[in-house]
Amino acid sequence: MTSYRTPRSRAAGLGSAKHGVSTWIAERVTSVALVPLALWAVFAALRVAPMGYEGAVAWLHHPLNLTFSLLFAGLSFYHMGMGMAVIIEDYIHRRSTLVTLLLLNAFVWFGFGVATIVALLKVALATSVGVAL
Amino acid sequence: MAELALPKNSVVKAGKHWPAPGGAKAVKSFRIYRYDPEAGGNPRWDTYDVPVDAVGPMVLDALIYIKNTIDPTLAFRRSCREGVCGSCAMNIGGRNTLACTHGWAEVPGKAVQISPLPHMAVVKDLIPDLTIFYAQYASIEPWLHTTPPEPANEWKQSESDREKLDGLYECILCACCSTSCPSYWWNGDRYLGPAALLHAYRWLIDSRDEATGERLDALEDPFKLYRCHTIMNCAQVCPKGLNPAKAIAEVKKMMVDRVI
Ligand code: SF4
Ligand code: SF4
Ligand code: FES
Repeated sequence: MTSYRTPRSRAAGLGSAKHGVSTWIAERVTSVALVPLALWAVFAALRVAPMGYEGAVAWLHHPLNLTFSLLFAGLSFYHMGMGMAVIIEDYIHRRSTLVTLLLLNAFVWFGFGVATIVALLKVALATSVGVAL
Repeated sequence: MAELALPKNSVVKAGKHWPAPGGAKAVKSFRIYRYDPEAGGNPRWDTYDVPVDAVGPMVLDALIYIKNTIDPTLAFRRSCREGVCGSCAMNIGGRNTLACTHGWAEVPGKAVQISPLPHMAVVKDLIPDLTIFYAQYASIEPWLHTTPPEPANEWKQSESDREKLDGLYECILCACCSTSCPSYWWNGDRYLGPAALLHAYRWLIDSRDEATGERLDALEDPFKLYRCHTIMNCAQVCPKGLNPAKAIAEVKKMMVDRVI
């Protein structure tokens, strides 16, 4: 197929989107934050494993444990979503597939992220151990 | 989808074997990608046996020998034959480099395999179509932006500011880096690639330039700049020993510097 657009016009494309630096910063900030959070999560999992159901629920009632759990879950999903979007943009070129996959990715990371946070809050905010809200 | 296999009409078929002229015994084989759009059909691998004592040490010497004495239809670009013009960039033994500065004896394997720079449209044989590559370079406006454009006497620059251009101005635009970059392979139409971005940085840190902000504006784009994932192929292959990946990282740093 012959294109009569000049090479300069093809190289310029639609011009600069004038965004990208905030995504770049968000990727780095979430990675840095996830390093201690992931270490904490491993440590926490080892601690909680032998506690049994009641013990685990009580553990999550502690405000610090709940805060870190929420941060770890939220930032992991957010970071994963950004990484997945980059992979999709790198490899998928057909416009319709690209947009569909980006949408799907957004729904998955956001949906699962919210579900995880709701689950954590539901357990942590139960009025007393063993009683569901 | 990124191309995981070559399209049918690009699959390289077996080609001809060209024995050394005069039945020479001590020969080095060169396995060379051949494609002629006018003849049609698929590209092919031709093998040429070159008598070792008839030819100089560089891959370009062998190519010139083949063209002069074995097969005048072989097409490739060259000019300076000393690593200055950037014309003879090609993929030699699986690595992008300059044919004129790369010794054929250093290429591992029985035959020296030579193909055009990867993932570019082929004009003929070892000649890739670099039209878009050059247009991308032009798009970063590689000249001094000042008001007024002409200085009263000259634009002055301190020695230390001049030193900031070292490791950048030496680029000969051979395209070895961009065509070794996976991000450029998959998105070469939208990602500017390491060569153009190295030059973008060269003008961004030029103390005499007055358009730093506009230059950064033009680059801040998820594709033009941020397709670079620091894979570092570019720095590994640059025949001039430059580091485009580092220049790109510096551009990304400048982007952050103006928001934080
Ligand atoms: S940076 Fe190196 S490899 Fe890239 S175009 Fe310039 S000289 Fe060639
Ligand atoms: S560092 Fe960037 S420009 Fe260099 S090869 Fe990797 S992705 Fe390409
Ligand atoms: S011929 Fe000029 S760089 Fe090789």
